[in-house]
Amino acid sequence: MALDRLSARKALQNHIDHPLLETPFHPRIEALSRSQEWYVWAGYRAPLSLTDEEMEYTALRNSCGVFDISPMKKYRISGPDAEAFLDYVMVRNVAKLGIDRVHYTCWCNDFGHVIDDGTLFRFGPESFRLCCQERQYEWLSDAADGFRVNIEEETRAVAGLALQGPTSCRVLLNAGFSGVEALRPFQLARFPHEGGEIVISRTGFTGDLGYEVWVSHDAALSIWDRLFSAGALHGIQAVGYGALNRCRIEAAFIVPNQDFMTADHVLRPDRARFPDEIGLDWLVDPAKPYFNGRRAILEAREGKGLRHVLVGLEVEGNVPADGAIVYHRGKHEAGIVTAGIWSPMAKRNIAIASLDRPYGSDITKDFFVEIYALREGRYHKLMKRATIVSRPFVKLERRTKTPPDDF
Amino acid sequence: MTSCDAIVIGGGHNGLTAAALLAASGRKTILLEASAHLGGAARTEEIAPGFRASGPAHLVNRLDPSVIRALKLDTACLSGKALPTAILDLAWGPALVRGAYGEVVEGVTPEEARAFAALREKLFFQASLLKRFLARTPPRLGKTSLGDMKDFALAGLSLISQGREEARDMLRMLLMNVADIADEYLSDDRLKALLAFDATLGIHLGPRSPTSLLGLYYRLTGETNGLPGAQYLPRGGIGSLARAFEDAARRAGAGLRTEAPVTRILSRQGRAEGVELAGGERISAPLIVAAIHPKAAFLSLAAPGEMDAGFRKQIRNIRSRGNVAKLDLALREMPRFTGVKPEDHEARIVIARNIRHVEEAFNPAKYGAYSPDPVMEITLPSLSDPSLAPQGAATLSALVQYAPYELKEGWETGKPAFLKIILDCLDRHAPGLSSTVIAARLLTPPDIEAEYRMPGGHWHHGELQVDQLLINRPVDRASSYATPMEGLYLASAGAHPGGGLSGLPGLLAARHILSGGR
Repeated sequence: MALDRLSARKALQNHIDHPLLETPFHPRIEALSRSQEWYVWAGYRAPLSLTDEEMEYTALRNSCGVFDISPMKKYRISGPDAEAFLDYVMVRNVAKLGIDRVHYTCWCNDFGHVIDDGTLFRFGPESFRLCCQERQYEWLSDAADGFRVNIEEETRAVAGLALQGPTSCRVLLNAGFSGVEALRPFQLARFPHEGGEIVISRTGFTGDLGYEVWVSHDAALSIWDRLFSAGALHGIQAVGYGALNRCRIEAAFIVPNQDFMTADHVLRPDRARFPDEIGLDWLVDPAKPYFNGRRAILEAREGKGLRHVLVGLEVEGNVPADGAIVYHRGKHEAGIVTAGIWSPMAKRNIAIASLDRPYGSDITKDFFVEIYALREGRYHKLMKRATIVSRPFVKLERRTKTPPDDF
Repeated sequence: MTSCDAIVIGGGHNGLTAAALLAASGRKTILLEASAHLGGAARTEEIAPGFRASGPAHLVNRLDPSVIRALKLDTACLSGKALPTAILDLAWGPALVRGAYGEVVEGVTPEEARAFAALREKLFFQASLLKRFLARTPPRLGKTSLGDMKDFALAGLSLISQGREEARDMLRMLLMNVADIADEYLSDDRLKALLAFDATLGIHLGPRSPTSLLGLYYRLTGETNGLPGAQYLPRGGIGSLARAFEDAARRAGAGLRTEAPVTRILSRQGRAEGVELAGGERISAPLIVAAIHPKAAFLSLAAPGEMDAGFRKQIRNIRSRGNVAKLDLALREMPRFTGVKPEDHEARIVIARNIRHVEEAFNPAKYGAYSPDPVMEITLPSLSDPSLAPQGAATLSALVQYAPYELKEGWETGKPAFLKIILDCLDRHAPGLSSTVIAARLLTPPDIEAEYRMPGGHWHHGELQVDQLLINRPVDRASSYATPMEGLYLASAGAHPGGGLSGLPGLLAARHILSGGR
């Protein structure tokens, strides 16, 4: 008896061998990993790279990269008031989101500060999925008081794979998902898989042709195998965050708590951001019914409440400006670079920066970035000219072309 | 759809006050009351054939002079003299606290009377400083006005004027518990019990709970007929004062509608536009004044999608669970309380033996049980207004503490058991009283909630404790009567300064609106 209890306790102590969660695809990713470079993504062990970041980036832009997005938080929101509820939570007009469509959106606290951004999937008149970076169950539940909605956390139950790159459509067709070529950007469809159903949406985080495949936890490995055997001759390659990050910077997509601080995480009162301050003003629909933070956002717009602006920069030279301070005329501090890379696609040194108004809004010229380049034990301080340029840095026709060209 | 300039929801005395002032400013004002009678908790209703009783408000002790002036309120019903308080004690006989909260104390030793006088003077001085902040819109953090600064400065000056020691002592006492202060100054258990009772009546605290002294300060900031701390039973009962408020609103030209329960506040894009009544009738107005519990206004009437979620969560978290039961008895004859002189039966009669009695009465309330040995204050309304009872008969009104909103055993069985406990207690102090009962109405907090539409059955519309006062009453973003919904204002006891028959929330809300936000 005592021995039973002891072994039961022993079994529970195993958690120490696996301090991080593993996604349902982990056995495959682990097996493919040569570099063994991992990082922690929302408590999950996730690859920074599997082989070589350059090669993975090349796959994303030239064939098909596969990135495991299972750690994304997923919430199923359903019920008679689901549309009204989400329209109240989101700054974007959810009534305009069609069935089997997806849109990018963000949501704010009472003070108009962005809590998080994400993609909203609409499966039916009363059924949605919100996919985002930070945990939102509590916020959604609080906001749902008075609405007839059901909010279900399905982060673990639903696994996701992003297939991105020019051959991604061909890979899916080879895998037998015919009809996928007809999907327009931000459209989704259901396909049979092993007696069950999976969802494929034409969405992604690379600004390229690409799809996201959503499957139940149990079907994860079988879908992985199905895709990889179908894609063997089309350059399918598992990629880590390093390569994906390059693509998303080229597409000028922002990452919460990287390019802006989410309202629930900031400690200092001036660090939270209005949608307008992080380039998301286009999402806000003041004409729709009241939504959370509306009054604060509109007051900020009317008064002098907007203090920052997100811009794209082109920096001279080829040294990435990630984390650099932005100066106006080399004297006045104007902001900070939140992400910067040398873009192989654009052949330009690009950066996303958050500037303090009037820099970036009224004053748009004469910027410099101060880059500290660490070279063999010594910082080289570089003052590089930076120019505000339009975003995205890389715009690909194939992102939207339907049906996609066959590569 | 009918339209007007302003709609006041709720016909309690605060709603009537706000309606009177808005109407007097020339705005076409309609007041909507859900029940058949105006006056809210102060209205008087029949409890048995020939017997009438008031709601939870059964005494006047803080009717604000500025409200009387602004409304030209007819206060003839308060022209009598201030009522004494008799604290009963079967062994020692009652102690009598006369005049304005004990200008004269009888039934105690001369030393004790002097000690009480000293404490009384100190408490009144401190309360007078706090009073300044109750009589105006609370300051807004980050938007402190010149007027706020003036008040801070004047409060500071008056504090210093009494000498450094007094200033220091006030800062020491402000957040203390009433029991420690009573023990420090007094030795007579009856007087200590009175302070303990008055500090905690209607508040979910025991006398030994930290900050319980604030309740007593609040009580002492009240004044009636120019006498701070005085208490009155209006001639004609509390209802006659309610009628005075009603008359003032009528005189000012406000339209008063009863049996007109509002079911929804209509709004568009976060701006209030009107109300919908139970029958489906809609009335539009650019200005809606909710003289009702904040939870009722923001959670029940405003659409959930029309106010920010964080704000709504704050409102949900307002502590507002009543602790007090209201008992009304129809009696065959006037009761006689042991040791109390016949002419002193007009007093407020307090049954609380000592601090420990009040504290031990509180203990079960923390765990969802009523006090097996409750404390209470009693008035005999028909003494001052014979019309409330048939010839020779009498009414008794009592506020009995503690009766938790959420009773673990349920009020269905709890209510008769609690009533028996109260009647037994009354019999001990007025032998034979229970045998003269013709009818009894015991309103538990859930009854008060249903009857007077006060969520939680709390007459302050939210605990009157330090975290729900001033700039945090009811919550920070609605503390200056304006609310996050444009065009919607709060004017009830749930707003600053709080509950009781003062009229101040209604007055200050109306002034805030009329001044265009100061």
